[in-house]
Amino acid sequence: MSTINPVLDKETEEAQRYYSASQWQLVWWRFKKHRVALLGGLVLLFMFLSGLFAEFIGPYGGSTRNIEYLLGPPQIPRFWDENGFSLRPFVYGVTTERDPETLALIPITDTNVRNYIFFFIEGEPYKLLGIIESNIHLFGVQEGFVHLFGTDSLGQDLFSRVLIGTRTSLSIGVLGVLISFFLALFIGGVAGYAGGWLDYGIQRFTEIIRVIPIIPLYMGLAAAFPRDWSSTQVYFAMTLIIGLVGWPTLARRIRGQLLTLRNEDYVMAARLSGASPYRIISLHMLPAFMSYIVVDLVISFPYVILAETALSFIGLGLRPPSISWGVLLQDAQNIRAIEQAPWLFIPAAFVVVAVLAFTILGDGVRDAADPYSVH
Amino acid sequence: MIRFVIERFFGMFVTMFFVSIMVFIIMELPPGDYADRYAFRKFSGTGVTVTESDLDNIRAELGLDRPAYQRYFSWIGGILFRFDFGDAFAYETSVNNVLGQRLGLTLAILFSTLIITYLVAIPVGIYAAVHRHSAADYGLTIFSYLGLALPNFLLALILLYISVKYLGSSVGGLFSAEYQDAPWSIAKFVDLLKHLMVPAIVLAWSATAFQIQTVRATMSDEINKLSVTAARARGIPERRLLFKYPARLAINPVVSTMGFDVNRIFSELPIVALVLGLAELGELLIQSYLDLDMFVAGAILLLLTFIIVFMNFLSDIALSFLDPRIKLKG
Repeated sequence: MSTINPVLDKETEEAQRYYSASQWQLVWWRFKKHRVALLGGLVLLFMFLSGLFAEFIGPYGGSTRNIEYLLGPPQIPRFWDENGFSLRPFVYGVTTERDPETLALIPITDTNVRNYIFFFIEGEPYKLLGIIESNIHLFGVQEGFVHLFGTDSLGQDLFSRVLIGTRTSLSIGVLGVLISFFLALFIGGVAGYAGGWLDYGIQRFTEIIRVIPIIPLYMGLAAAFPRDWSSTQVYFAMTLIIGLVGWPTLARRIRGQLLTLRNEDYVMAARLSGASPYRIISLHMLPAFMSYIVVDLVISFPYVILAETALSFIGLGLRPPSISWGVLLQDAQNIRAIEQAPWLFIPAAFVVVAVLAFTILGDGVRDAADPYSVH
Repeated sequence: MIRFVIERFFGMFVTMFFVSIMVFIIMELPPGDYADRYAFRKFSGTGVTVTESDLDNIRAELGLDRPAYQRYFSWIGGILFRFDFGDAFAYETSVNNVLGQRLGLTLAILFSTLIITYLVAIPVGIYAAVHRHSAADYGLTIFSYLGLALPNFLLALILLYISVKYLGSSVGGLFSAEYQDAPWSIAKFVDLLKHLMVPAIVLAWSATAFQIQTVRATMSDEINKLSVTAARARGIPERRLLFKYPARLAINPVVSTMGFDVNRIFSELPIVALVLGLAELGELLIQSYLDLDMFVAGAILLLLTFIIVFMNFLSDIALSFLDPRIKLKG
């Protein structure tokens, strides 16, 4: 054994590993090489987690008002100023004065007052993930207040709200895409396997849906929500219409894949041995094109997120007191608001980063999805 | 060839028939019916009590007591035979009056957007394919990502912010104040063109980003073909050669996706129009959805979709001329 070249030995071992790896393992190996896509995935993971733990990370509740700091600019944590260095970051205190002309309260930053930021500090009670009761926040101040992203015209902390909005917007995306996925899998599966009038009907329906401009179509469906619906009802209705409009494109892809696979020898073999259609589709055909479906799912996310943001932005989607990226951007809708308070634009950065991350991740997954292709 | 055109032409009407049913369903979706909203608008605040029998009278008067399919046929019949889109109750006039010149302005925005898209995307895409893996090429790839990730209405807001903050003027609207109600003249037209620039750039943003990648991909494929190498071997100058063989073919996918571009533009138009304050169909569409003025909304949705279907038809015809290899089959 010692006569065998150790390099060759290593190579064959690697080749062994390669040929015996499962499909998903191969996909993962290829995906790992795509550094940018990996980064996109990490950014999204970070976003999902911060959305999930929004109440813990944000120092305040989503609708808690700070009437001493209406439409206040972002407070930047500092480590030093002319009064010296401090290892514990701090924000300046704020006092309010009345404008002599308009009598409105104007916040004035007092650079002599330092409000130190403490970590794992007790604050407003909340329910983490809707179950665990707690009042520990990741950071906060003991005196005064801290608004990293500033506040809106009602004095609500934009940082906390953006985190909650992240959860709402991403979860609508996930639920909407999942609904359309299962509908597409079922309907596309039936159409692709059975063919016939059902197949024809689905084809025509897909064409109609695809020719109507999508956002106006969403808007039309959203306009039908009764005005007296609660925010929870509107939330689920939104995910439902996103799922309902989204399935035909995916169903078409699944149908196309099934039609090609139907003529494969191994499917024929399964059929001849008496396997049921359900077994053939789920066990023999589905794994063959699952990776393509996953790619389609990832790629369809950005459109769903943009659709939700756009709908809520114009007032046809989620409405306050719901908090989503689109709802937050409603405040930045007119030019006077942006001019006065440019920080209201911060949620837009989250939308852009999320969509960018999903797109890059989708590209990486697409490249990785076909593990045997040579690149 | 003629058969192909005729087939496509009638196919267009079949599609529009199904689209009209879909639009009619959307019009019928909101809770309550036209009579409720009509009565609410007419009598709210006047102190008049509206009883259920009053509502029934209104329904009978407006023909709302008929079954849905009859209402559908009278709606679509009015559009087809009398070019009458129904009544816009929020404006107390006919839908035709409300749409008025907005349709023309919408088309003006659409075509200026398409022109900008193609004028930029085709040459830039060809350039990127010829200079692959250069710094400019990578820059364009990043731009393409941004084209998708930065929603148009955000771009519009950013442009608005910059123009107000640094240029001291607003880029919103379609006409300057002095031309708003003036009759059409050359000066007014020039003013319109100036105002069209910003919405057209905003709307062309993502379409351009997308088309650059399409042109680049096709051009990269074509440039490596043997015909190109053979032509190069014959000593044809590089520039002439590029335009003679690969560039001609690189335009095909652009032509064939024209309908998609129009679809994308119309999808983004309402929100961009709302932000920039453009008085065209998209903005009216949002307003009529919010007012539940469904005859207006239905008319706009139908018109926008018709334009898309028509552009699809045109692009099919154009493609069959450009590339005779494409089979003339449905």
